[in-house]
Amino acid sequence: MKRFLLLLIILFLFQSCKKEEGNILKFWAMGVEGENVSKLIPEFEKKYNVKVKVQQIPWTAAHEKLITAYVSETLPDVFQLGNTWIPEFVALNAILPLDSICSVKGFDLNDYFSGILESNRIHGSLYGIPWYVDTRVLFYRSDLLKKAGWKEPPKTWDELYELSKKIKSITGNYAIYFPTNEWVPLIIFALQKKSVLLDKNYTEPAFTDSEFISAFDFLSKFYREKLSPSNITEVTNIYQAFEEGYVAMYITGPWNIAEFKKRISSKAQKLWMTAPLPSPDSNYPGVSLAGGASLVVNRESKNKDLAFKLIEFLSEPEVQIKFYKLVGSLPSKKTAWNDSNFVNDIYLKAFRIQLEKTQSMPKIAEWENIMVSKIQKYIEEVAVGRMSVYEACKKLNEETELLLEKRKYLVEIGSL
Amino acid sequence: MKDKTNFWIVFLFLAPALSAILFFFIVPVISAFLISFTDFDIYTLGDFRRLRFIGFKNYVKLFEDELFYKALLNTFYFVFVGGPLSILVSLSTALLLNSQLVKFKKIFRTIYFLPVVTTIVAVAIVWRYLYHPRFGILNYILSIFGINPIDWLGDPIYAMPAIIILAVWKNFGYNMILFIAGLQNIPSELYEAAELDGASSWFKFKSITLPLLAPTTFFTSIMTMIGYFQLFAEPYVMTQGGPLNSTLSIVLYMYQEGFRWWNMGYSVSIAFVLFVIILIGTLIQFRYEKRIHY
Repeated sequence: MKRFLLLLIILFLFQSCKKEEGNILKFWAMGVEGENVSKLIPEFEKKYNVKVKVQQIPWTAAHEKLITAYVSETLPDVFQLGNTWIPEFVALNAILPLDSICSVKGFDLNDYFSGILESNRIHGSLYGIPWYVDTRVLFYRSDLLKKAGWKEPPKTWDELYELSKKIKSITGNYAIYFPTNEWVPLIIFALQKKSVLLDKNYTEPAFTDSEFISAFDFLSKFYREKLSPSNITEVTNIYQAFEEGYVAMYITGPWNIAEFKKRISSKAQKLWMTAPLPSPDSNYPGVSLAGGASLVVNRESKNKDLAFKLIEFLSEPEVQIKFYKLVGSLPSKKTAWNDSNFVNDIYLKAFRIQLEKTQSMPKIAEWENIMVSKIQKYIEEVAVGRMSVYEACKKLNEETELLLEKRKYLVEIGSL
Repeated sequence: MKDKTNFWIVFLFLAPALSAILFFFIVPVISAFLISFTDFDIYTLGDFRRLRFIGFKNYVKLFEDELFYKALLNTFYFVFVGGPLSILVSLSTALLLNSQLVKFKKIFRTIYFLPVVTTIVAVAIVWRYLYHPRFGILNYILSIFGINPIDWLGDPIYAMPAIIILAVWKNFGYNMILFIAGLQNIPSELYEAAELDGASSWFKFKSITLPLLAPTTFFTSIMTMIGYFQLFAEPYVMTQGGPLNSTLSIVLYMYQEGFRWWNMGYSVSIAFVLFVIILIGTLIQFRYEKRIHY
């Protein structure tokens, strides 16, 4: 028995020393994308006569898993990154700049939406190839808009505000839903007002600038006048609230098209529509967020060439259309959008227009922390009326300065 | 001379266990302590030269951090309201289950113990429904008594009580079992003698049950305090620390700083402050223990 155990242990030790085989390309993808992308891979494997090992990672654990993999040097050759995560992995020196490989291979970057592509560019170098895109548009109840006497969705901030007041006076409920635990509406309004958010190579916050304050002011008006719920638990199920007319408008992303189709009952299906975002000036549509996920190459990968081939393959318009049919992720290439699947979809029209007008947020590792733990906090404070907008902006500025202290130091000594 | 060889032999036999403690406990704790004097963060992971020794700055920053005080206050609130409440509920159910009047004791004991062994994630889903402001059963019951609906998890005032109720419900079964064991250890002659003297049941409880249960009470209260100071899972799955950070606990804050934002240095300094707080709490309770032992 003892000898047997010893044998097992020795076997185990040898097993862990075994070298990985050479020609296997490792690819990590998250969530539904990870579940379904493996259906596209066989075609690639046949074409180049290689094996691709796809690993699916749930979104909730993705960030931790990627960082842990980086620390233990087990990152895959190619992986998916939400484009707000790219700056962090650039700071870690974990991913490869792709400019030279793109120009060598003649990879066409002009077919991408410029705002989205820009979110992959850090310090002038391109680090990721957009895989699928997302942005936020206005979802609205067309019947309630009609009741309020509006034939078209609002095109300016003033119209949005007037319409909201009108809807509230008719339904007696709320007009629009700006969740207090979401930074999205405020950041969109700030970008529309041309706020820089962070100044001086992203080392100093600009939250006390007039652009940011006026954007925050605009948002707070909706909470103050009860045009939007100022408490998240009032709307626990947005689909139900939307169907009931508890709220009539909601700014959200493409994943909700499928959800709205699924969760709203069939009799209310004809009552909702999407539209590009209103703008603070006459420049319709207003700017929205450049979201989505990109494919990146591990800097330490031994199969860089093959890794980029996989990216090229997944970027082909036909493959992107297949992928859309599998998971509903919007293609990053404009050519793919000419397919009848997209041209004929009434809900996607707004997204196609909006995608031409997107902008990325500050591209630094700290940004997510600033949004989630600082900006969101002060949105909540203002929404419940504990703080004035000006006070909130001042505090937000102070706290963000502290968060950026390390970055500022690293920039000053030239380490970044 | 002989002692010395003995020492090495003993040491040799202890070595496997000691090395496990050394590598999995002492080394991590010491390195964590060192890290708490640096600004170890995401930039440091990328390039070790970006590490700065910053002395006590993490600790200084901690004591100026509003959010840390908020988390500290929330945790104290939870420990000093939830802790005694939890002990009280455990003791009462233990007394009930130990009384002669109750039938089906084993079934009840199992039922009360079930929440302890159920995973918090599953429990949280159910409790989120119970707490739902519009459709939850809790508000429905309140409405029968004419009380306006309460936004349990969305209102900064009610969020912590909601977490406390959940935690007490989830944890009282464990202490209940310990109390039942303690109660069964009390010799029945004492009660018989008291009955002969005509003692009321309240008097018996006060003068026999409580004093003789003191060691159990002491043990459960220390364990509960230590456990409750490490409040994490309940707010993590129910509220994520919100609304307005009203359910942010120290451990949740530590987790967020460390594993969400990778401010390892800062996060570790929070851990050490929590360690000192728990140590002080335990020492105080040990002081009291000497007085109540029979």
